[in-house]
Order: sequence, then structure tokens, then C-alpha cells
Amino acid sequence: MAELDTSGGGNKKGGKVRTKKQSTRVDLTAMVDLAFLLITFFMLTTTLSKPQAMDMFMPDKDEKNPDEVLDVKASRTMTVLLGDDNKIVWYMGVIGDNPPTVDNYGKKGIRESLITNNKDVIAKTGDPKKGLMVIIKPTDQSNYKNFVDILDEIKIAGVPSYGINNKVEKAEISLMKEQGAFK
Amino acid sequence: MPKVKIKRKSTVTDMTAMCDVAFLLLTFFILTATTKQQDPLPVDIPSSTVNIKLPDTDISTLMVGQDKVFFGVVGQDVRINTLERIGEVYKINFTDQEKKRFSLIESFGVPIANLKQFIALDNSERSKLTQPGIPCDSGANNELKQWILQARYATKELHNVDLRFSIKGDSKEEYPTIRKVIDILQDQNINKFSLITSLEGVD
Repeated sequence: MAELDTSGGGNKKGGKVRTKKQSTRVDLTAMVDLAFLLITFFMLTTTLSKPQAMDMFMPDKDEKNPDEVLDVKASRTMTVLLGDDNKIVWYMGVIGDNPPTVDNYGKKGIRESLITNNKDVIAKTGDPKKGLMVIIKPTDQSNYKNFVDILDEIKIAGVPSYGINNKVEKAEISLMKEQGAFK
Repeated sequence: MPKVKIKRKSTVTDMTAMCDVAFLLLTFFILTATTKQQDPLPVDIPSSTVNIKLPDTDISTLMVGQDKVFFGVVGQDVRINTLERIGEVYKINFTDQEKKRFSLIESFGVPIANLKQFIALDNSERSKLTQPGIPCDSGANNELKQWILQARYATKELHNVDLRFSIKGDSKEEYPTIRKVIDILQDQNINKFSLITSLEGVD
């Protein structure tokens, strides 16, 4: 297939010096190896570079009927405040009722708190559907990574419902200042 | 009786066909891999454990980083239609050539006043330019809002589906900028959108 025909010509007898015919067959093994290596590389990089999409829902911002808010018992809610320097301050229920806790992002930090709180709430209500309700309040000093991380932790911990609230109360800011999570 | 001799077969296989196929595939993968343009803004996206791929069509990406917002929408037809609509709103006429050039720009961050100049640049000049981002402060000068709105109209008209939005933010980006973008989306009753993240294993 890929060989060249070199047999043509030079069939005369005589004192002419005949050059030795060399085979033109090339060993393609190395080339094929390299080609497949590159294919594997490009295949993997093209499929891996596709970004992941984290779907997110915001509460409806309907100014016409502000009374239409979901009523959730305060005992089921956990308010998570995202502070500066990758710190989290959270409290259960209404502010002041329960002492706040400072946590960090990660397996031992907020994830454990979310899982235990969720279990406690389910044990209290006795209904697996009525689990913990997390209210996320990112402050101006938190960054985008904190926001993505907390959504991810909520997903990992299996918390059934969460909401994002951009209105951080003054009392919450001072609470965070006390805990050293806000400058 | 003579013994039956088994003819020895040569172990050398002809690799030409295999080589052909391998290089054909290689060419295909190289070409499809390089069509992705470089982002105009270096963005270090945060990682998450979510394992859902981003859709390929009818999606708009809002890139947020260094207090700037960049806008991009997928599909050349949608881009042309969006530009026509923006031209109508801001009373700017774009020539057919400008529309064609604009349809090849994946993401951009220039105010509408500078858009004509920006389109006229060629690719290498464009990548060198530091783009100021699309103005998105609340008030009359909210150009990002117009881009989002017109892109939604364009997608609805051309493909009859709702345009989806995704936010591609830098990890270090302060939350207020993200909130500004989310607020603009929510003002148009878009409450569902995606955050673009890279994959990370559950630890």
C-alpha cells in the first residue's frame, strides 16, 4: 500500500554496477503509537474542559405582593452568615435565641454542623420532608468562592431547602463583629 | 506420505490503514479542541462537587472578575440578532460586515459607545486590549440590562426557547459585584441560573 515500486528499469546484463535494492517499507509502529497517544490526550482534554453548571434558584423578587413569603417555623431555620477571611457564623432560629457558632468551610466545619442540625430538626418534627431550612446571607466581605462553597456543602449535606437573602441586618453585622468574622 | 507443512505466516502487519485512521482522528480532535477562544478576562472559577455539564446551546455567560462584567452569548445567529436590537435601542447602525465580525466574538466587555471601534480591531489586537467591562450600575446607564434583555428577545425569536444564564465568577471576586449581576437578572424575573464551576471530588 504505502510502498513505492522500485523494481522498474535496470534489467540489462553487462558490467554495470548494480546498486542493492533497499526495501522502502517503513516501520510505522512508533508513528501509530505517537498518534494514539496524542488522540488520547486530545480526547481527554476536550471532554474535561467542559465546565460544570451548578443550578441555583433565587427566591422570587416580587415587589407587588411582599406578604407572599414562605412561612417556616423559626426552630427549623438556620441562618448562615458568610463573613470575611473564609469564616462562617451561624445560628439557629431567631437571632439572640441561640448562641452563634463560628465555623470554617470544609468537611469538619460547616458540613458537620449542617448534617447534625438537619438530623436534629428531622428528629424534632418527625417528618423527613420537614428538614432544616438554611438561610444564606452573604455579606459584602465574603467572596464568590465562599458563596459557591456553601451551596455545595448544602448539597453534600443533603439539606432539603435553602434560601438566599441579600439583606443582612445590623444586629447580624454586630454579631459577626463580636465573633471576629467581619471588619 | 509427505507431511503437511503449515505455512508460516508473517507477523508483520500492515499498519498503514491504522495509521491513517489514527491521524484522521487526531486531526479531528485537534481542530475541535482549538476552536475554543481564549477568555478576555482571566477567571479562576471555584470548584464544586456538582457533576452536571453546561448546555451547549441557548446559553449566555456573564463573566465576572476584577469588578468587571463581560457578556457573551452562544450562537452566531443570536449574536447578530442581539446586535441589531442593541443598535435599534441605542440608535447605532451596524454594517453587515460589522455584524459578521461581531458574531465571531465569544465574550466582550466594552461600553456600547466603544463597540464599533472594538469590532473593527482584529483578533490579536483585541486580546491585547484591556476591556473596561460593561457598565452595569443601576440607573439609565445600565447597558448590561439591555444586553441581557435583547439577547433574550433574540433567542426567543430565533429558536423559540428561553435563554438560560450562567455566571462565571472569579473565586476571589467580592460578593457585592456578584449581587449586582444577580439583581439585574432578578429584575427581569430570571430566578434560575447556573454558576459555572470546575469539578472537585467529595472529600
